Amino acid sequence: MKTRNLIGFFFFLFLAETTISAFGQEVEGKGEGKEKFKANKYILEHIADSHEWHIFTKKNGESVVIYLPVIVFSKETGLNIFSSKRLAHGHEYNGFRIEEEGDLKGKIVTVNTEGKVDEENLPLDLSMTKTVIGMLSATIIGLLLFLSLARSYKKTGISHPKGIQSFLEPIILFVRDDIAIPNLGPHKYKRYMPYLLTAFFFILINNLMGLVPFPPPFGANVTGNIAVTLVLASFTFITIQFSGNKNYWRHIFATPGVPFWLQPIMIPVELIGIIAKPIALMIRLFANITAGHIIVLSLICLIFIFDSLAIAPVSVIFVIFMDCLELLVAFLQAFIFTLLSALFISLAVQEHH
Amino acid sequence: MTGTLAALGAGLAVIGAGLGIGRIGESAMGAIARQPEASSKIQLAMIISAALIEGAALFAIVVALMGG
Repeated sequence: MKTRNLIGFFFFLFLAETTISAFGQEVEGKGEGKEKFKANKYILEHIADSHEWHIFTKKNGESVVIYLPVIVFSKETGLNIFSSKRLAHGHEYNGFRIEEEGDLKGKIVTVNTEGKVDEENLPLDLSMTKTVIGMLSATIIGLLLFLSLARSYKKTGISHPKGIQSFLEPIILFVRDDIAIPNLGPHKYKRYMPYLLTAFFFILINNLMGLVPFPPPFGANVTGNIAVTLVLASFTFITIQFSGNKNYWRHIFATPGVPFWLQPIMIPVELIGIIAKPIALMIRLFANITAGHIIVLSLICLIFIFDSLAIAPVSVIFVIFMDCLELLVAFLQAFIFTLLSALFISLAVQEHH
Repeated sequence: MTGTLAALGAGLAVIGAGLGIGRIGESAMGAIARQPEASSKIQLAMIISAALIEGAALFAIVVALMGG
């Protein structure tokens, strides 16, 4: 299949999804009784992680969900692997239960034989939740794209690009020529290119997959989960600290040009600076993506708050506009994360002037 | 965001971000008007500055979300 047609197909799917999602849920809204629609709960449910993948709700109130595997490790019973169908609707299985209310809402807790919940020690939860499946699917898509790219280069050598090469090569060259070389210099950039390329494409593919709500491996809010962005920022942090040279550490512990009586104040400030920059990376990515998802979900919720079909065209047009803006934000946030990572790494490997 | 104070705080933060990014846009457009051949460099710097300021505003929104 030509790359052009493939891209056109995905663009069509992307535009069609807004109408499909609005229509599908419109039927659900009119079928329900006089129960008030809680937009807050609806939006937070769609942003948060969950042990099951909700596809749609039928007219009689039943939901069609995909139950994802639960992998918990508790001190008493050891490793447990089972489908989350056994824990659906608050049921208990083998001493585990998903909390519905309170502080531990949504987490798996151990319940002993009397029915008391152990709130101190939560079991180690390594389940394949929605976010994990989304992340793994993005990884598989990335591997497929780049391994086929590498294979085609091996076959034909560096020549006129065709097929998937012509789509990915400009982006890779953009990362190299506009992010890596201007910041890291023409001699040191090669060492950090793998990390920068991985971070860029991981964030980009996950952002884009979060925008398409249907079918199942798409539509998982991966980069809008602060734990995922925390790990990405900590990779940057580790890369910076492990590639810092003597000049870098001298700047932190004995900042040149500062009088000696000011040094004791400068050291904590510099240490806070080391931590604050990756934390800013984490919060920037998380908040941008989550805010985008909340806006799109709120605009779709408008239809149910007003409970009328007349709002639907207005809402869908707004949603399409916001989705285009979210597309821009997806690219921009991947670019900014990679650019700032390259910038911070370059600060760590600078030579003394 | 259920608290009204949290919503007010988020709104105030966005005022700051709007003013800041507006000034970036203004000076970027003035610079492009004066020297159109440097426009791609100016655009790149503008986008980076806008993303950094938006990051600061989003700090405030995240705090509002947690407090509300």
